[in-house]
Amino acid sequence: MSITKDEVIHVAKLARLKFTDEELEMYSHQLDNIIKYVDKLNELNTDDVEPTAHIVPISNVFREDEVMPSMDREKILMNAKEKEDGCFKVPKIIE
Amino acid sequence: MNYEAVIGLEVHAELLTKTKIFCSCTTEFGGEPNTHVCPVCLGLPGTLPVLNKKVVEYAVKAGLALNCEISKFSKMDRKNYFYPDLPKAYQISQYDLPLCKNGYVEIETSDGVKKKIGLTRIHIEEDAGKLMHENIDGSLVDYNRTGVPLIEIVSEPDMRTPEEAYLYLTKLKSVLEYSEVSDCKMQEGSLRVDTNVSVRPVGSNEFGTKIELKNLNSFKAVQRALEYEIKRQIKLIENGEKIVQETRRWNEQKGVTESMRSKEEAHDYRYFPEPDLVPIIVSDEWKEEIRKSLPEMPEHKKERFVSQYGIPEYDASIITSSKPLADFFEKCALEYSSAKTISNWIMGEMMRLLKDTGKEIDEVPIKPHQMASLLNLIDNGTITGSIAKTVFEEMFMTGKNPDDIVEEKGLKQLSNEDELREIAVKVIKDNPKSVEDYKNGKEKALGFLVGQMMKATKGKANPQLANKLLREELSK
Repeated sequence: MSITKDEVIHVAKLARLKFTDEELEMYSHQLDNIIKYVDKLNELNTDDVEPTAHIVPISNVFREDEVMPSMDREKILMNAKEKEDGCFKVPKIIE
Repeated sequence: MNYEAVIGLEVHAELLTKTKIFCSCTTEFGGEPNTHVCPVCLGLPGTLPVLNKKVVEYAVKAGLALNCEISKFSKMDRKNYFYPDLPKAYQISQYDLPLCKNGYVEIETSDGVKKKIGLTRIHIEEDAGKLMHENIDGSLVDYNRTGVPLIEIVSEPDMRTPEEAYLYLTKLKSVLEYSEVSDCKMQEGSLRVDTNVSVRPVGSNEFGTKIELKNLNSFKAVQRALEYEIKRQIKLIENGEKIVQETRRWNEQKGVTESMRSKEEAHDYRYFPEPDLVPIIVSDEWKEEIRKSLPEMPEHKKERFVSQYGIPEYDASIITSSKPLADFFEKCALEYSSAKTISNWIMGEMMRLLKDTGKEIDEVPIKPHQMASLLNLIDNGTITGSIAKTVFEEMFMTGKNPDDIVEEKGLKQLSNEDELREIAVKVIKDNPKSVEDYKNGKEKALGFLVGQMMKATKGKANPQLANKLLREELSK
């Protein structure tokens, strides 16, 4: 398994990242090495091993359904880059 | 060539929990923008989600009510995409291990054929926020809805007609209402529907290219949009054109589906197991405990209504198709002896007014004891059956007591013999043609004359008495 430059461009686009040609070259190479390293695991026979859903072997951690106060709107909006009418304001979304 | 449609539906239903799926903010609808939010549902750094136990219970309950297998082991996953209604840039959902799978919903088509529509899966996930686009220079985001628990119910592509899709949705809604896991109010967005549809030649086992339809704001809209879309696709195929896989939006005003600009690189969500949440294990004991909490389902209630109250099966199926309506019927039956009469009123006047006003039964202010009083007023001769309809309509609109309405509007039945005889004499005098017909043996003519008496008294004349007096006067 190896990583192509096109795959890096695709993933970068999904993550809203922009790379220069040099960076693309560098990350393709680095990611390729990482994948190859992890690929080593494929040499193991895992036929009788359950897939891991979580690295900590616990389950059923729940909260009771009881309402607690929410946070003050002023505080919530304090870090917003732009706000209006009690809302977060974002660049215009065209559907 | 003959074509058939292949239809699958995805339904999102908000669960009726008090708090959100991963934090203790309220799920209450409405509220000023961004007043039901906290660092957890906003996904601020350093916060951790904790799963609401009730969400699991409600989803399992829905699964049991919809004949699903309940997974002993399931987990949450991250679905990654950028959109401003999603503050974390990912939605916590379930991917390969949903809570429920392999269920079905049974529908009965208009020609009486029963059909099982398969359910692929039901999984739990968090809702996104609300975007408002009224501004010219930007969009506004309200995150109150972010983190409200949802179940997504995915059907098999088992439906072949828009009618089947409509029936499936109606049945599904009724089961969810009955299980008390969702209030299914489409106008508040607590039930949302997307549909996939393709067409193929009858007899083919292959699927055509599917189109996803969005912006379906009612079950009728789903049906109409599918009807339009199926015709559109057949026409394209017959013209030798190719159907392109895309998402189309239903335009209710124009009655057409329109292409939506397709999202680039869509559907590459890079799901991975949610590291912030641990797996969910539903033991047999827990599952059985939840099963015991399930209320009576529509099918059972229908059969019970037929045997316990002696109402026709058709009436029972209409009344039990909505839980609030079934509850209203049953409460009335506690207050009034003839369940059949109540059923007739519900099937007649109630359904007519619900249809005319577009109201839901839980918006109707009539109390069961008021319904019983109305029927008692007919039984004891205070009002006539036709006046009762007028009174019922007033009760439907205002919630007033029937006695008060009768009093205020002077609607009491006229049973004064002298007064009525006078009117009978006048009616006979004014309608010589009908009188002649009656004397020549036309019984029907009498009905017309009774009708004239009713008209003269604005429906208040006691019909039996009117009938008797007319006969007496005519035989003179």
